[in-house]
Amino acid sequence: MAEPALSIRGLTKVYGNGFQALKGIDLDVQQGDFFALLGPNGAGKSTTLGVVCSLVQKSEGKVSIFGIDIDKDFAKAKYQLGVVPQEFNFNQFEKVLDIVLAQAGYYGMTRREALPRAEQLLRDLGLWDKRNGNARMLSGGMKRRLMIARALMHRPKLLILDEPTAGVDIELRRSMWEYMRRINQDEGTTIILTTHYLEEAESLCRNIAIINHGEIVRNTSVRELLAELDTETFLLDLAEPVSQPPVIEGFEITQVEPSQLALVIHRGQQLNDVFSVLSEQGMQVVSMRNRANRLEEMFVSMVEAGNNAIDKRAELNKEAQA
Amino acid sequence: MNATQTLVALWTLVLKEIKRFTRIWPQTLLPPSITMAMYFIIFGNLIGSRIGDMDGFSYMDFIVPGLIMMSVITNSYSNVASSFFSNKFQRSVEELMVSPMPNWVILSGFILGGMARGLGVGLIVTIVSLFFTRLTVEHPLLTVLVVVLTSALFSLGGFINALMANKFDDISIVPTFILTPLTYLGGVFYSISMLPNFWQGVSMLNPILYMVNVFRYGFLGVSDIPVGWALTAIFAFIIVLFFVALTMLERGKGIRS
Ligand SMILES: Nc1ncnc2c1ncn2[C@@H]1O[C@H](COP(=O)(O)OP(=O)(O)OP(=O)(O)O)[C@@H](O)[C@H]1O
Ligand SMILES: [Mg+2]
Repeated sequence: MAEPALSIRGLTKVYGNGFQALKGIDLDVQQGDFFALLGPNGAGKSTTLGVVCSLVQKSEGKVSIFGIDIDKDFAKAKYQLGVVPQEFNFNQFEKVLDIVLAQAGYYGMTRREALPRAEQLLRDLGLWDKRNGNARMLSGGMKRRLMIARALMHRPKLLILDEPTAGVDIELRRSMWEYMRRINQDEGTTIILTTHYLEEAESLCRNIAIINHGEIVRNTSVRELLAELDTETFLLDLAEPVSQPPVIEGFEITQVEPSQLALVIHRGQQLNDVFSVLSEQGMQVVSMRNRANRLEEMFVSMVEAGNNAIDKRAELNKEAQA
Repeated sequence: MNATQTLVALWTLVLKEIKRFTRIWPQTLLPPSITMAMYFIIFGNLIGSRIGDMDGFSYMDFIVPGLIMMSVITNSYSNVASSFFSNKFQRSVEELMVSPMPNWVILSGFILGGMARGLGVGLIVTIVSLFFTRLTVEHPLLTVLVVVLTSALFSLGGFINALMANKFDDISIVPTFILTPLTYLGGVFYSISMLPNFWQGVSMLNPILYMVNVFRYGFLGVSDIPVGWALTAIFAFIIVLFFVALTMLERGKGIRS
């Protein structure tokens, strides 16, 4: 099999203030993959990606990009890498076009090579009209797209996006998804992204790793993860408000609002059974929808499980010390 | 990176630095020209005529080299200090860090940018001085050499300052409390032979004195100190500071957590 686009082994990071942000990360991302790195705030996503693109100094561990060890030849590895960081990191007082052209120059691309590439990317990302304006005058969503254009100038084989759609409206987000899908499929660019929108991971990514408290807690395919979901929550809107939720043997029903119920269905259970009991009790369901996103529920439960485990460990430690 | 790519990267960075200070010329190029014109009028013309000769030259001719050098020093230093620090502050330094550019290219790019501003302002001040006096240059090659080396040295100083700085105040401390006093006391306005022995000795510890004197020697052919020795010292300082800056960059001091 081809070298993985990214391979991380035993990666740890202790920041200058003594905080351990990564506790031994192992991760492989295969060439051509569309990979999601998920985790709550402060989990260590940006730290991991920061190590990969040399913005963060690792403490221990090995990182290879297309088989190139970053400790041996980081410059060569960097050619394969395009980075869209979480926070805006361009000079706000420079012109849009100058920013992308300068970045190409840092990779050794002459202006003559860079100019057509810049035009194409800025057009694709809807920024060509703004090319002569200061970056400071772009909207938040435009600034993100500027960073994407900048990252793609030197045609990287691995694109890393740290929360690329944060603060981007739904319509624009969908067009950005379309764009990312295109460069993944048409150009074979491997993409790794972090996000807090699980819908984004579900609709874009093939594989997924979940990180919490500096550890990978899950690393699998999105499909497999979804198949594991054995419960699903539905929201039922009733014609009339009820004073308390109905009790139905074997089903978990809670009241969300006076005329709204939340119903948890386990695998193998029949929605029909619920409906028949409800209508017997004189409650009419006018509409029904899936609660939130399925992946989201799984994610929340996984992170909570992780937090509980940590609380328990802390308790055990306390007991041990007592 | 191959040689061509390295050159392209270096040139990109230098050009960007030059663009930066020319874009904000009212902050970078204009003020030194005005200040120096004031010095020429007040010290050179008005007061200078009463002071009489200094080391056998008219006071105006004596201070011109020193004032040019003073502007080269401050402008080289502050260009690199503020440009690199604002790159840190705006995080655009990350653009450089994620690229395959070697650290020596990054460093050289900023240093050459600082030299472009320092020498550019030096040239403007020289031109302004021509309105007040007729400049003669005794040793043109030496004059150019020493001003270029001095500019490189202080650009390096500004770079190290910016790497260590955490806030904007940190890049004005050195210019205000070290560079300015050392320059004023570095024989820009007087010959140290006017000083009592003890203060002459103290002045000899001031590195800027050597640069000003060698530069003046290039113009006028007279110097308070041995020229060859001073040149060697400046050169040695450049080498040392270059490697200090490069090592700090290599370790990610102030830019990589
Ligand atoms: N420079 C730093 N010094 C000390 N601690 C840091 C530093 N940068 C990050 N941390 C800590 O490391 C942990 C991981 O941070 P990181 O930015 O990797 O999280 P994240 O998963 O990207 O979170 P988010 O979703 O909020 O972006 C956090 O607890 C953070 O406070
Ligand atoms: Mg982050």
